[in-house]
Amino acid sequence: MKVGVLALQGDFREHSNALIACGVDAFSVRRSEELADADALIIPGGESTTIAHLAQTFGIFDAIKQRISSGMPAYGSCAGMILLADEILDAAMGQKTFGGLDIVVRRNAFGRQVDSFETELEFKDGFPEPLRAVFIRAPWVERVGPKVEVLASVKSHPVAVRSKTLLATSFHPELTGDHRTHQYFVDQVARPALKKVQ
Amino acid sequence: MAEVTGTGRVKRGMAEMLKGGVIMDVVNAEQAKIAEDAGAVAVMALERVPADIRAQGGVARMSDPDMIEKIQASVSIPVMAKARIGHFVEAQVLQSLNVDYIDESEVLTPSDYENHIDKWNFTVPFVCGATNLGEALRRINEGAAMIRSKGEAGTGDVSNAMMHMRKIGGEIRRLSSLREDELYVAAKELQAPYALVKEVAETGKLPVVLFTAGGIATPADAALMMAMGADGVFIGSGIFKSGNPAQRAAACVKATTFWDDPKVVADASRGLGEAMVGINVADLPAPHRLSERGW
Repeated sequence: MKVGVLALQGDFREHSNALIACGVDAFSVRRSEELADADALIIPGGESTTIAHLAQTFGIFDAIKQRISSGMPAYGSCAGMILLADEILDAAMGQKTFGGLDIVVRRNAFGRQVDSFETELEFKDGFPEPLRAVFIRAPWVERVGPKVEVLASVKSHPVAVRSKTLLATSFHPELTGDHRTHQYFVDQVARPALKKVQ
Repeated sequence: MAEVTGTGRVKRGMAEMLKGGVIMDVVNAEQAKIAEDAGAVAVMALERVPADIRAQGGVARMSDPDMIEKIQASVSIPVMAKARIGHFVEAQVLQSLNVDYIDESEVLTPSDYENHIDKWNFTVPFVCGATNLGEALRRINEGAAMIRSKGEAGTGDVSNAMMHMRKIGGEIRRLSSLREDELYVAAKELQAPYALVKEVAETGKLPVVLFTAGGIATPADAALMMAMGADGVFIGSGIFKSGNPAQRAAACVKATTFWDDPKVVADASRGLGEAMVGINVADLPAPHRLSERGW
């Protein structure tokens, strides 16, 4: 399995390193040709408005949207969660998302940078030990659709959710050196989804 | 399940999210909107861009809180603001305004010619300028969560940014080549704490994100800095002192992402109109060189 990491802006290198640590082939995606080589895609942390802007400028926006809607597995952290959401609140004017995940996300919901925090998180789908999660100007999920499962919450706000092919977290597992979230994406989301396609 | 704010990871992590991006100086809400629409990852709110500070002279200070709040209200991307070197009360004021990052900046007139701000005392993260590795490590030791090479602000002359990136990169590469028992003297020479010197020698990079600043005026300048190993770019006067700010801003964003593709940089450079009027750093009398502020 080859996992692309959208490398327009943000902490894409940290995501690539986490994937490599999970024993997966990881490579940067900035162009449509590179996207075509990816079996699955990670959308990194960064500035969601910038990433969306660059994706449109360089003509890869529609291709990503189309691949996601036709079942390519994808994982988004923070800005990536926003970009996977069907609907966003407190968006910049005209801000677009790739969509695909039936959730409503509120941008910067936990506040500005002085409110950024880390905490221990219980992850529903069986991590025996809690996860150290880093939230940076983080969004939360305000509503989930019927086919979306909530995996973790902070103060009753969902911060990790999944559908059959998509995973999204408000926090940044790529910053902690704990690769269980990436392993979960590879083993529990991407591989089963790709098996069904074949 | 206690939630902890202001940790090193949260402060340094914020800078990680800005990587590959352009942070633009803005002086009002309208410019901030232009920057956001052009794809800036953050804006730096200040009263006068460095070129005007240079032209008008006098003492340059923290911006008016009203002006910072108007900019915060007008955009959804992070808003940074500058405090004078050593002016911890300006920093406390900026933190109380909920700015997302404080730049303890040599572009403003220093308030203390010996000490910088003790940045560990703050929840908000700080970025500081550096011209060499020792200076960068001293700032990190004081709690800076992000470093920018200083360059020479307000000139549109990229040569000092280049010199500082080469210097920092060169000194890091030299540390990596030393024997372990030579790192003690290296720390003495760099005037930096041994623990940080050892960490840099082992990892081959700074423990925090390194942006570049000071004199970047064109898409090619931005791409050059990325090629020199910068994680991202600050553009101060370069955008809003140019003929067509919206287009130049978008062009610099593009060139920063595709810095390694000359075709993209060429396209981004087309038809931008007039760049900011430059000043050669060599023509600046030494007391007017901002990069020499900081100790």
